[in-house]
Amino acid sequence: MSARDNILARLRAAPRSSAPVMPDVAGRLADRYAALRAPEADRFGTFRSAIEAAHAEVHETSGAEWPALVVRLCREKGVAMLACPPAGDLSAALMLEPDAPEIWGYGETMEAVKGRLFDATDAGITRAHGAIAETGTLIAWTGVDEPRSLSLVPPIHFILLDRSRIYADLLQAMTEEGWAGRLPTNLLLISGPSKTADIQQTLAYGAHGPKELIVLVLNPEGVAA
Amino acid sequence: MNAPLNYVPRSDFKKRTFAATQDPHLRQSFRSAMDFLMAKRQAQFPDQEAFEHLRALGEEVRRYSLSRLPELLEQLEANLTRNGVKVHWAEDAEEANAIFLEISRSHGATRLIKGKSMVSEEIELNHEMAKHGVDCLESDMGEYIVQLDGEKPSHIIMPAIHKTKEQIARLFHEKVPGVDYTDSVDELIQIGRRILRENFRDAHIGVSGVNFAVAETGSLCLVENEGNGRMCTTVPPVHIAITGIEKVVEKLEHVVPLYTLLPRSATGQAITTYFNVISGPRKPGEKDGPKEVHLILLDNGRSQAYADEQLRQTLQCIRCGACMNHCPVYTRIGGHAYGTTYPGPIGEIVSPHMMGLTATHELPFASSLCGACGDVCPVKIPIPDILMRLRREASHEAEPGRPALRGQGAGRNRLVSLAFAAWRTIYSHPGLYRLYAWAASRLNFLTPKSQLGWTASRTPLIPARQTLRDRLKNRA
Ligand code: SF4
Repeated sequence: MSARDNILARLRAAPRSSAPVMPDVAGRLADRYAALRAPEADRFGTFRSAIEAAHAEVHETSGAEWPALVVRLCREKGVAMLACPPAGDLSAALMLEPDAPEIWGYGETMEAVKGRLFDATDAGITRAHGAIAETGTLIAWTGVDEPRSLSLVPPIHFILLDRSRIYADLLQAMTEEGWAGRLPTNLLLISGPSKTADIQQTLAYGAHGPKELIVLVLNPEGVAA
Repeated sequence: MNAPLNYVPRSDFKKRTFAATQDPHLRQSFRSAMDFLMAKRQAQFPDQEAFEHLRALGEEVRRYSLSRLPELLEQLEANLTRNGVKVHWAEDAEEANAIFLEISRSHGATRLIKGKSMVSEEIELNHEMAKHGVDCLESDMGEYIVQLDGEKPSHIIMPAIHKTKEQIARLFHEKVPGVDYTDSVDELIQIGRRILRENFRDAHIGVSGVNFAVAETGSLCLVENEGNGRMCTTVPPVHIAITGIEKVVEKLEHVVPLYTLLPRSATGQAITTYFNVISGPRKPGEKDGPKEVHLILLDNGRSQAYADEQLRQTLQCIRCGACMNHCPVYTRIGGHAYGTTYPGPIGEIVSPHMMGLTATHELPFASSLCGACGDVCPVKIPIPDILMRLRREASHEAEPGRPALRGQGAGRNRLVSLAFAAWRTIYSHPGLYRLYAWAASRLNFLTPKSQLGWTASRTPLIPARQTLRDRLKNRA
């Protein structure tokens, strides 16, 4: 018998409770999230204060203005090389800006760009799939157009978030979008720059991932920043 | 008659406990760390009623998952396989290590980089791989520090909690080439970051644990703050995850209450920096991610706990560490004294299944039964009840109709059993009791000064010259 058969046989031989009842997670958590789910709730404000408390920087901008803002922040932070997703729309918009840092698109596999990504790139920029207000969390739906290492390896991570895509809580995002039937290879929830408190409980940012997380919130046109 | 009655064996556990309580640095490190963690957790659960509501749901999810464990494991395996993940099963540490070695050999891999995984500590992966020329480097900052010092973690969430920053500063200076002494935490972390990044980039295989495995989607969820878990599961061409068989849940939404409870209970954070859901290797067209993903499902004694409905509750654990943070014994003796991978209350109830009672029969007794562990446990494991149960199993034969645990009765002490048998006989026979009381009060000067384990830290029990009955009679 294989290890698998032995283990399963032992588990099957154990006394079993009669008909287990599936927990009603949505029903039992409804009260907890009711206030944030209400139409008048300030989801953006909740998101913003939670993620800022986790040491992220939040800037309100717009679909037209973000490239100039990124270029200005790059200058301020001394970013000489910025990595962009493969699709090319972000890099194209950024390259139109005067004084843009050196920009490269993640068009090849990680194996081909590893050296540049690890050793020469100061910042990466990605698009958020959405966000979660309760905990100040960004949802990164990685895949063909969104390499996962772009939000991980460079020391600074810029992320574009559409203001209309902020959910109240994780359960709402998960159920309304039907995640269980369509998960990508790697789904990520990101709630701040990387950190550790492993030395004498002293919090230090920039453990292994980005030292800085900069959220660029795209307000719908017409809403003042 | 006053010769010491030192019949209770002084084992290594007692020796280690004694040494730990005599170490003021260690006491200070744990006391301040535990106070800090308790206060941070408390701040996350300001409303006791809301906490009880949430943890009742956490418990329900874990109990439901365990009630369908064999079916869920099969469902998980089928969905992971469909997603392109290779699933392996291991009955014990030896089998799990053999699987690691086989995968490493098939890729000619000699450099492994590992994210935090207590299960890999349980099988002593680093040590076993080193025997075969495979280098396995820890990348969690705390784990890296303890590995550098040739130690094991002393806490399941904060592995280097027993060390002061000055000790870590000296360690880096001595063990890492070219590093000057600095006790700035930021600088120390940046040194670790620099060294480990080179290893993330060049390692052949990344290793990780699993916090939750989702059966319906075939996904592995990893919870972390540092980003090393993401590095290990993103950069190297091969990723091997290892988990205990109990970590599976059925629905993706079942993860929500558990992930709401886990970081709040562990470190007093509402959420961790990263929640990483992996559902397969790199797909065509994707630029990064491992090309091969493996999952090892490890039993290692868990099915023994599963076989008994009371002990099965041990497997509800989500490894938050809150029980150790609140344990007065753990706070005083620290994690290493237990001599097990998992210290503290959870270690006392889970280690007997992994290592057998012969090696662990003293652990269920290393508790004051104050109940703090059970009160804070986010999945409501009745830890004190299970400790009582294991005390019985450690010192008695199995009850009729119940299978014996590994090492059943290993802590049985003939003299203690005899003493209790005598006590029971005397106290259940009035004639014998009167005779005993008469003799004990008259001959009390014969009482030995050293009484088994009792007098190790207490004054001896000496019968009064008059029994209570006699005194009451005289008063009347
Ligand atoms: S037994 Fe409960 S409190 Fe202890 S680590 Fe497990 S889940 Fe946390």
